[in-house]
Amino acid sequence: MLNKNVRLIFFGYFCDKDSSAMRRELLVDSKKIQIILHRLANQLIENHLDFENTVLIGLQPRGVYLADRIKSLLEQSYQIENIKFGYLDITFFRDDFRRNDKPLAANQTKIDFLVENKKVVFIDDVLYTGRSIRAALTAIQSFGRPSQIELLTLIDRRFSRSLPIQPDYTGCQVDAINTEKVSVMWKEKDGEDAIYLDEK
Amino acid sequence: MAELSTNHLLGIKYITAADIELIFKTADQFKEVINRPIKKVPSLRDITIANLFFENSTRTKLSFELAEKRLSADVINFTAGSSSVKKGETLIDTVNNILSMKVDMVVMRHPNPGAGILLSKHIKASIVNAGDGAHEHPTQALLDCFSIREKLGDLHGKKIVLVGDILHSRVALSNIFALKKLGAEVKVCGPATLLPKHIGQLGVGVETNLRKALEWCDVANMLRVQNERMNMSFFPSTREYVLQYGLNKKILDSLPKEILVMHPGPINRGVEITSDVADSKQSIILQQVENGVAIRMAVMYLLASKLKHA
Repeated sequence: MLNKNVRLIFFGYFCDKDSSAMRRELLVDSKKIQIILHRLANQLIENHLDFENTVLIGLQPRGVYLADRIKSLLEQSYQIENIKFGYLDITFFRDDFRRNDKPLAANQTKIDFLVENKKVVFIDDVLYTGRSIRAALTAIQSFGRPSQIELLTLIDRRFSRSLPIQPDYTGCQVDAINTEKVSVMWKEKDGEDAIYLDEK
Repeated sequence: MAELSTNHLLGIKYITAADIELIFKTADQFKEVINRPIKKVPSLRDITIANLFFENSTRTKLSFELAEKRLSADVINFTAGSSSVKKGETLIDTVNNILSMKVDMVVMRHPNPGAGILLSKHIKASIVNAGDGAHEHPTQALLDCFSIREKLGDLHGKKIVLVGDILHSRVALSNIFALKKLGAEVKVCGPATLLPKHIGQLGVGVETNLRKALEWCDVANMLRVQNERMNMSFFPSTREYVLQYGLNKKILDSLPKEILVMHPGPINRGVEITSDVADSKQSIILQQVENGVAIRMAVMYLLASKLKHA
């Protein structure tokens, strides 16, 4: 905790406060993302084999791009068929309703099956405080009682957790302070595959 | 994300087209929620809502209460018949007493037009108008438009006719405001005695011939004849009204295109519409009721998000 505060102070000291432009640093490029996605797909196969009793759930809004990628990799590169797949929106289950300056916008939930006795894998782009995952753990119960829930995340922001939640599959780990933001960009949404560290 | 431009839902007149779109977008998600095996979300778990019904209601009251419970709000119910209102307490006193019990939102139906507006000037809680006399019934209009949008897509340019007792109908006025804001074309149709004299100034067409109106429209919203609000005779007899303005299967089948038939309920079967029309595949009356819960969840969710946490 002390270490983080020190970084925060130094950052404020050296950073030009008047500049409104964000400073942006490339953490992971497109080629590395491809390698990471293949590794994550392989790790999933190792644990779930043919995915017969497994469902992949992309978390809205940004986790769904990662989930789409993982699903198409599993299907196209590893010939796994009939993957049960859905999107889960956690807006109505969040713990910061009315505590946030910005209202929370809901997104589409698309789960047309029950998760009763299934192995659920949550897929999200960045794991930060863990509060979204806490909300997702509650939200998924509306669709039944899974036998097991795992978490796959592309970026694990270490030392930032507010809750005892850890990923089962991690793309890469990043140490970032609270005034920094990790932005995951996807070709289909943002025009390129890249992970940036944005400094405000 | 945008937020509502208002802290209360007093009438469609007082909200913008962007507000309506936001409510619809949120209601889309709630409609998915209420079709889940477990239909409850915890969003409003620290909100208390008072349902104050100074006038009779079945479906609106049930729909609001269900929506509140689906959102995990705490709910208290009040009906005027069994309360101190009978002993002469004023509206503001009654509501302030209820608010002293730490209520965050008030859903109110009242026989006097403008009751919600009066209340909003005197109390801090968010107010949702669930019908005030012959003035407005905003959630009904929202769910009607939402149901049309679900069946026919964007309302822009769609032709909707409101048939029946326009004079006494709060549903009609709210529907006119909502439909016009969303870019639909609106006509009202009914006996001349039940059409307000200057209704044309709201930008709606007026038609007294039911067949002509039905041939023109994409959607017919058949309103109830509000006998309880009539202090004189507006048409010779119910039989006469049915002959002129009742919608039956024969007329419906003879139209050049398939139109949607709506009714805000409660239906007087055999008066506004016959049973075979009410139960036909062109009727979306039961979808309206289902959408009512989703729309009311969206309205209360969006209003609650403006009540900042202490």
